[in-house]
This record gives sequence, C-alpha cells and structure tokens, in this order.
Amino acid sequence: MNAFVRMLTHELRLALRGGGDVLTLVLFFVIVGAIVPFAIGPDQALLARIAPGIVWIAAFLAMLLGLERLFRPDYEDGSLILLRHAALPFSLTVAAKIAAHWLVSALPLIIASPILAMLLAMDGEAFWRSILSLLLGTPALAAFGAVGAAVTVSIRRGGLIAPILIAPLSIPVLIFGVGAITGQQAQAAMLFLAALSLMALALAPFAAALAISSAED
Amino acid sequence: MTGRQVFPPLTLRAEGLSCGRGGMALSQDLVFSVPSGQCLLLRGANGAGKSTLLLTLARIIRPLSGSFGIDGADEDMPLIHYCGHRNAIKPRLSVCENLDFWRTMNGANGVSSQAALARVGLGHLGDLDAGFLSAGQTRRLALARLLVSLRPLWLLDEPTAALDVDGHALVGQLIDTHLAMGGMVVAATHDPISLSKAEQVQTLQLGAVS
Repeated sequence: MNAFVRMLTHELRLALRGGGDVLTLVLFFVIVGAIVPFAIGPDQALLARIAPGIVWIAAFLAMLLGLERLFRPDYEDGSLILLRHAALPFSLTVAAKIAAHWLVSALPLIIASPILAMLLAMDGEAFWRSILSLLLGTPALAAFGAVGAAVTVSIRRGGLIAPILIAPLSIPVLIFGVGAITGQQAQAAMLFLAALSLMALALAPFAAALAISSAED
Repeated sequence: MTGRQVFPPLTLRAEGLSCGRGGMALSQDLVFSVPSGQCLLLRGANGAGKSTLLLTLARIIRPLSGSFGIDGADEDMPLIHYCGHRNAIKPRLSVCENLDFWRTMNGANGVSSQAALARVGLGHLGDLDAGFLSAGQTRRLALARLLVSLRPLWLLDEPTAALDVDGHALVGQLIDTHLAMGGMVVAATHDPISLSKAEQVQTLQLGAVS
C-alpha cells in the first residue's frame, strides 16, 4: 500500500514539476471548445444542442495528448525495467500510473469545463450532467488509453499509433457519455458509463502490464 | 555490515542457456553456477551478448533455449537488482527524492538513503536536482539504489561506465561488501575490477560462438 501511494505521488510530482504539462492539456481542451462557435456560427440553439458532443470530443482529444507521458519516459530512462523488479506487483504499479494519469489529465479538464459550458451556451442542468458524465466516463478513457500506450511503448512514434488502437474502444464511452447529458434515458446511460469505467479500470492494469512485459522481448 | 552473512545461501545456475535478440543467437549453451559470495564477470567484445545475457537473467527477455534459476530461493521474494546502461534517474526530482522513491518501491530493508548517498560520494548533493548531476554522478546515484534495498543478486551492466578512478575503486568495494554479505554478482565490464579475494571471481568469456 505504501509503495502504491508512493508511486502515485511520484507520478503526480513528476507531472506537476513538468513545467506546464497539465496547463497545456487544459488549454487544449478549452481551445477545442472555443473554436467551435467560430466555426459553426453564432447560432445559440444549435451550439447548445451540440455542446455535449463538443465537450466529450475535447476531453477525448486532450486525454490522448497526455498518453505519451504515461509510459514512454519510464521506458526511455530504464525505469520500466526496474519497476518490473519492484516489491510492488507490476500491475499495481500500472494501476497507480493510470490513477495518476486520470488525476493529471482528466480532473483538470473537469474543473475547467465551466469555461467550456459558458462558451457553448449550455444551460445549468446540461452543465451539471456533463460534469457528472465526464466524472463517470473519463476513468474508462484513461484505462483504455493506458492499454494503448502500453502496447505501443516500444515503438518509436508510438504516440501516433496509440490513438488509432484505442479509438474503437473509446467510442462506447463517447456514445454513452453524450447520451448521459442529452439522451432520452440519461439515467441508463450514466449507469452504462459507470459500468464501462469500472470494467476498464479492473482489466486495464493487467492488460497494460502484460503488454509492457512482452514489448521488451 | 562487513563480513556478516545477510542472505541465505543461494546459487544462480544456468544450464544450456542460449540467449539472443531478435531471433539471433548471441551466446549458446552457457553453463555456469554462481554460489553465494561469488562474482561472475562477463567479458567479450562489443555485441558479444553481455547485456543480452544480463537482461535474460533479469527475466526481461526470454532465453532462446535452456534454463536458469536461483536455487534455494523463495520465489515470491524480489531477488534481483538490475543496473543497466540507463540509470532510471528522473532529472526533475532531487537526488534524495530519486533514491527515496526506489527505496520505497524496492523495499526499505537496506541502509538509509543518506547513508547510501554518503557511501557513493553524493552525501552533500541530496537536495540538488538530479538533472544537474554529471554522467558519473548520475551513475553513482544509480549505484546507491543497490544499497538502500537488500537483494541477493546484482546484475550490473558496465557498472564503471562514466566513473572516475575513485569510482572504479568504489564499484570494487561495493561488490566486495556485497559478496561478503553472501550476495551474488554478475557484472559485464571491460574494465578490470579489483576485488579483495581473487577466488571469489569467475570469468565467462562471451562471443566465442563456434
């Protein structure tokens, strides 16, 4: 437990000392949302209708940006080999990394989402629902992302391949994520989203650990 | 901690071990056995397969054929310290933070971080960002990791790379102490390593695949 917490804080410390890594993701998230009104035109009703989709697309893309940081630096400086020999089982190490990845690349987006809601003319209820659906859905994106990053860790420029691998996995998250904001059966969509996240979080650490172990071979 | 047996008697044994990378065999049918308190030096030209053998022993890459294992070991215990070309040091963290992290991750059953840093000659640099260290100092920090967690088998890949004359002597002393504690060392190196007792050293010449 001690080592798990240490791994988590280690990752957070590295990310926060990164000199604006986190801020870059948040800015990217806001900018994607901000350019949409300019591209679509100032039709408030239309904007409000597509806003949930925009929020989810922006969150998805911003989280992809952070994937490269998940395993690659550790792979390149040799830490990954040593972590496999640590006293903490490697899948738990990966789980700690996924948790840190969510805290660094999803939580700041959720905190920044009021800005997006304002830019996209969302009403109050849709705003609260979008926050809830992001909270429930982004863990699944983080978990799928980790698997993609793990599979491509030994490939140069793997950062470009990982999104292609995880896009199909992420589509259900986007469908139910947007459905939870606007859909007829928002309640059911929320439950599906939560189920997706729980399942992904339970399986991803083992899948990612296995992918890394066989990548080196 | 000199002369005290800390580790149970273990033996690293390999039989008919062949290892290679990308399907190309580099070393074939290796047979060796390294009991507690012994050091195996791997020698050979560049590309002879020294690093590959160490990675194989660290179970990072699979052997092409043959087997190896540590006799007398409890399988659940982490037994191996691998110290490779890459130092696994985070430049954004201070020297102390780097070492403390690995101390927690690997099990804090060795000496304290401060003592380990003093031992490798970085005692006064604990608060400095590791990114400011020279190549040799970074190497010393990587070696300090071997001291903060006790593990019986050290796999050292070019441990003296980038080190000065004192550093070479330091590596020899660290290995000496480790062997005295009943540890085992497999080291790949081009430099002569001077150990106090010559009978503790075996040498394995690699790259002479016929």
